Amino acid sequence: MTASSRVKPIRRSGTSKQLRLMLYHVLMALGSFVMLYPLIWMVSSSVKPNTDIFTTSTQLIPQAFTAEHYITGWKGFAGYTFTVFFGNSLFIAVLVMLGTIASSSFVAFGFARMRFPGRNIWFVAMITTMLLPGQVMMIPRFVLFNRMGWVGTYLPMVVPAFFGGAFNIFLVMQFIRGIPREMDEAAKIDGCSWYGIFLKIIVPLIVPALVTVGVLAFIGSWEDFMGALLYLNKPSRYTAAYALKLFNDNTKVDYGSTFAMSVISLVPILTIFFFFQKNLVEGISLQGLKG
Amino acid sequence: MRRAGNVFDRESVAGYVFILPFLIGLFVFTVIPFFTSLYLAFTEYNILSPAKWVGLGNFRRMFFEDKLFWTSFSVTFKFALIQVPVKLAFSLLVALVLSRTSRAMPIYRAAFYIPSLMGGSVAVALLWKQLFAFNGVINKLMGFVGLPSNTKWLTDPHTALGTLITLGVWQFGSSMLIFLAAIKNIPQSYHEAAIVDGAGPVKRFFKITLPMLTPILFFNLINQLIGSFQAFNSSYLITGGKPLNTTLYYGVHLYNRAFTYYEMGYGSSMAWFMLIIIAAMTALVFRSSSAWVYYESEGR
Repeated sequence: MTASSRVKPIRRSGTSKQLRLMLYHVLMALGSFVMLYPLIWMVSSSVKPNTDIFTTSTQLIPQAFTAEHYITGWKGFAGYTFTVFFGNSLFIAVLVMLGTIASSSFVAFGFARMRFPGRNIWFVAMITTMLLPGQVMMIPRFVLFNRMGWVGTYLPMVVPAFFGGAFNIFLVMQFIRGIPREMDEAAKIDGCSWYGIFLKIIVPLIVPALVTVGVLAFIGSWEDFMGALLYLNKPSRYTAAYALKLFNDNTKVDYGSTFAMSVISLVPILTIFFFFQKNLVEGISLQGLKG
Repeated sequence: MRRAGNVFDRESVAGYVFILPFLIGLFVFTVIPFFTSLYLAFTEYNILSPAKWVGLGNFRRMFFEDKLFWTSFSVTFKFALIQVPVKLAFSLLVALVLSRTSRAMPIYRAAFYIPSLMGGSVAVALLWKQLFAFNGVINKLMGFVGLPSNTKWLTDPHTALGTLITLGVWQFGSSMLIFLAAIKNIPQSYHEAAIVDGAGPVKRFFKITLPMLTPILFFNLINQLIGSFQAFNSSYLITGGKPLNTTLYYGVHLYNRAFTYYEMGYGSSMAWFMLIIIAAMTALVFRSSSAWVYYESEGR
């Protein structure tokens, strides 16, 4: 692999530059390998027979290959297969994603484009909620949802997404601010209402931001362990994250099956990463702007 | 023709319609729980029977009777004190190296970032438990290179917390991305001017890059501090707070009190104490920031 380094005003001798470049790539490749090693190790262990997992643990290429863990693991526990658990997770994550996209774009438009009394106060309130530790909310929210009869359902894990999270709103706002106001004005002169401007002009232009927000929301929900731990009490409703923990408790020595199900549980995240890498990287980088 | 006042009123109404979801969410999911929590902190409440006012009773118990409270507090402090600087150092260092333009850069960036994307998941927590098992691959690899290979990483009180910290540090990718974006924002002309003046790479790092990055460093520091004070998953899933409570995070102790023993009042007191500590730490960082955070517009 060659690197296209920019033209720099300092001239170094050719060989020393080559050497530095090689050192850079060797170091980076080594670092990348170390970072990914645990994940590669898990994939490799998931296709080794249980007897080999620890005895051949340092070999990333299995001596004997088996798919049995994926088959036995998938059978799940308590009479429910991982089809149920992954299905539940997917259902929740998709709802959370849709709710986040809808609410954050709607609210962000209000904050970014409209002038109304109290706007700045509410905006400050929104930023403040970003600093509030979630664990302060854990108990009173549980009490609240319990009183509403929502414990044991997905509602506590899904409904809040429809009311806009501060960070998501902020991220979409940044994006809307980049759209020239002249477009709104022109539409207004053409008789477009605020809702029309939002739907017909702004939404099509902020699709990348909505993808970013949606993808982050999906991943957050897919990995959410705390929500399931607090609110789910029937195996038929368990999410994959929660089921995985209980599955591991149940099948103590069958390490392979836990690894196999763990690998599958990470596949959606990895897939999203490969398709939406640009959105994710932009979304995370933008977080720095909120401070 | 519409009058200006009319248009303004309409805009106000429409504005509130747009932010209505946020306002409802703010009151139902944040403001009401916030004050409920404040009230519960001064009560005994097990969710089944009505809350009983006990005044400062919970706090007295926390400070003077509950030994695990102080244990979990110091564990969390130690955890934050080690993990946050190490993680920030890693993310800054790797971001600096990655900021160099190279065609392979996106590949390296992906490799460093992926762990932070999945590090919080149950799958990775379960994986960590096996990697650092007594007969696990980490001990084997250490044996290969001639290091002691009989460390009981997760069951020895001296190493358990450190092992969980490695899991946290491994996830430095997202703060690295934030640094990386900030480094790219530093105008190239600053470096060029410094080079003309004869400044080497080390001097340029300390005189240009680092000062320009301090606002982001500040942001990452607060973010990571808040995050590590709330840590839960790794302890709950990997060690369960053991051995000898050396990995009992504050969040895990709080969860146990509130949801295993249904002491919701006591749990709320703990949550409020944490809020106060986090607020104090944030304020401290904020106050100190004027000494070390450089804002370009101030022109210092």
